[in-house]
Amino acid sequence: MATQTQRRISTHESRNVTLLLISVALIYLLLFLGLPLFAVFYEAFSKGWGLYWAALQEPDAWSAIELTLLTAAIAVPANLVFGVAAAWAIAKFEFRGKSLLITLIDLPFAVSPVVSGLVFVLLFGAQGWLGQWLQAHDIKLIFAVPGIVLATVFVTFPFIARELIPLMQAQGKEEEEAAVSLGASGWQAFWRVTLPNIKWGLLYGVILCNARAMGEFGAVSVVSGHIRGMTNTMPLHVEILYNEYNFVAAFAVASLLALLALVTLVIKSLVEWQSRRLGYAMKPLTQPTKSGA
Amino acid sequence: MSITIENLSKQFGDHRALDNINLEVNSGELLALLGPSGCGKTTLLRIIGGMELANSGRLLFHGEDVEQRDARERNVGFVFQHYALFRHMTVFENVAFGLRVKPKKERHNEAEIKHRVHELLDLVQLDWLHDRYPAQLSGGQRQRIALARALAVEPKILLLDEPFGALDAQVRKELRRWLRRLHDELHVTSVFVTHDQEEALEVADRVVVMNKGKIEQVGTPDEVYAAPVTPFVYQFIGNVNLFHSRDHAPWSEQHGDAVAYVRPHDIDISATPQDGTALPVEVKLVRTIGSIVRVEVAADGSSEFIEIELSRERFDAAPLASGDKVFIRPRQFRVFETGVKNELSAA
Repeated sequence: MATQTQRRISTHESRNVTLLLISVALIYLLLFLGLPLFAVFYEAFSKGWGLYWAALQEPDAWSAIELTLLTAAIAVPANLVFGVAAAWAIAKFEFRGKSLLITLIDLPFAVSPVVSGLVFVLLFGAQGWLGQWLQAHDIKLIFAVPGIVLATVFVTFPFIARELIPLMQAQGKEEEEAAVSLGASGWQAFWRVTLPNIKWGLLYGVILCNARAMGEFGAVSVVSGHIRGMTNTMPLHVEILYNEYNFVAAFAVASLLALLALVTLVIKSLVEWQSRRLGYAMKPLTQPTKSGA
Repeated sequence: MSITIENLSKQFGDHRALDNINLEVNSGELLALLGPSGCGKTTLLRIIGGMELANSGRLLFHGEDVEQRDARERNVGFVFQHYALFRHMTVFENVAFGLRVKPKKERHNEAEIKHRVHELLDLVQLDWLHDRYPAQLSGGQRQRIALARALAVEPKILLLDEPFGALDAQVRKELRRWLRRLHDELHVTSVFVTHDQEEALEVADRVVVMNKGKIEQVGTPDEVYAAPVTPFVYQFIGNVNLFHSRDHAPWSEQHGDAVAYVRPHDIDISATPQDGTALPVEVKLVRTIGSIVRVEVAADGSSEFIEIELSRERFDAAPLASGDKVFIRPRQFRVFETGVKNELSAA
C-alpha cells in the first residue's frame, strides 16, 4: 500500500519513464566519458606493461612530467595568493573600479587559450614589443620555461578567485567587523576568521586550478616551441608522440594525465562531502549585511 | 563612559543618512535609538562603533575625541542583528576570541581565559552549550552568546544593533527583560537600535526618536509617549487620530491651518453632547482586544474612521454597538500648525 501511494505523488514518473530517462543519461555518459577514458588506458596497455613502463621512463617523458609539475607548483600558489587577495577585496570592500577588476579576472575565461599564448609571443617574443629589450638583457621568456609558467598562470588566473568571490560575498563582512570590534587586527581577523570560513571553497578552487594548470594545452603550445626534453609539458609531449605514430607512448603519458584527473575528482568529491558534512563552512550563517538601516 | 556627539553628519552618495546630529549619552545609561528603517539609526551606531566614518562633526568618549581611533582601539562591544558569531568556532572559542587576540603582554594565560569565559557563559546562562557550534543554537541562544562575546573584553560601551530583530515575539519579550536586568547589574553605557517602539519604551532609560537622519526628540519613555514634541513622534509612538482644522475647527481654532493630534484613549464618548465642541459620530465597529475595547467611529458624512480605545470597565458601564449615534470629545490633544510646532493644553 505504501508504495502505491508513494507513486501517486505528482512529481513521481511511472517506472518506464524513470528507466528510460536513467538509461539515456547512462548511455550518454558511457559513450562520451567512459569510453574515451577506457580507450586511453586500453591503448596505453595494448602492447603490455613492459612497453608502458618503458614509455614512461624515457628521459623526454620524464622531463615533460617534471616541467608540468614545476609549472603547477608555481602557477597554483601564485594564483592562490592572488585569488584570495582579489576575492577578499571584492567581497569585503567597496571601491572604484570594482566591476572592472571582476571583468579582468574573468578575461582568461573569455579569451581563447591560443590567443592568450599569442599575446605573450607578441609581447615578449623576439619580434615582440619587449623582445629587443629582453634580448639585450639576455632574458629568455618565449620558447623557454618562464613563458610556459607565465601562460599557465594567465590561463588559470580566475579559478580560485571565481570560486571564492560568491562564497565570501554571501558570508558578508559582519564576522570580520565583530572580530575587529573585539580587538583583532586586520591580520588576525583574516587568519582567525576569514580564512577558516573559506577553507573548503579555497581547497576546491586549488584543485580545479591545479587540474587546469597541468592539463593546459593551447596557450602553452604557442609559447613553448616544443623543444623536446626542454619546453615540453605532458599535454604537448602527448601530441608530439601521437604525431610520430608512437601510440603506446602517447597513450601512456595521456594515461598519467587521465589518472591525475581521476585523483582530482576523488579529492574534489571528498572536499565536497566534507564541507557538506560540516555544513557551516559553505553556507552563510548570517544574511548579507546592509549598511545604514 | 559618556558619549558626546556634536554636529555629526554622514552622506552616502546623494543620500544624507545623518544630518547634524547632536546627542549626549550619559555614563551607565541604556539608550534606545528608535525610528523607522532608513532613518539613520544603524549608521549612527556604526559610527560610534568605528565601523563607519562620519563626514563631519565630532565624536567624544568621556570628553576625549575618538575619531582617529579605529574600531579595535575604541573598546566598544558590538552586538549585531544577525549575531555574526564565528561559525567555525565553538561557543567557548567565540567568547574567548577577544581574550585570545589581545597583544602578548596583555594576554591572559589559558587558565584565566577558561575561567573568564565560563564566568561569562554563566552570566548569559548558557554554559552548558560551551562546546556547540553556532549553527546548533537557536536564535535567542546565539544572541546571548554574541552578547557574552562582546562583554568578554570588558567594553566601556556596549552597542546593540536591532538585537532582537530576528527573533520571534515570545523570545524577544523574554530577552528584552533579561537585557534590562543584565544592564542593571553591569551598568555599561549601552546604546541599542530598534524600530520597535514597545521595545524602546520598555527597556531604555531614555529614547532618541529619529527620522530621516535627524533627531526628532530625546526623552524618557514616558516623555516621548506622553509629550511628543513633533507630529512625527506623535504618529510613530502609539496610535493617534488626526483632526484637520478645516474639518474640526472647534478643537484647533485660532490656529489657521493646523492639525490636532489625539490619542485613541484620550477621547470621551457620551450619548449626549458634552459641550459645544462635541462631535456627533456614528459607531462603525466595536472590537475587544484583550483588556481594551477598540471602537471605530465616523463623523456624519465622513468616511474617515476615528479610533477610540476604552478600558473594559468603561465600556461595560456604557456599552456601545455599531450603528449607535454618540458624541465624542477629546480629553487631551495637541495642535501642530502646518509647518510650525505649537502646543495647546487640554480643552
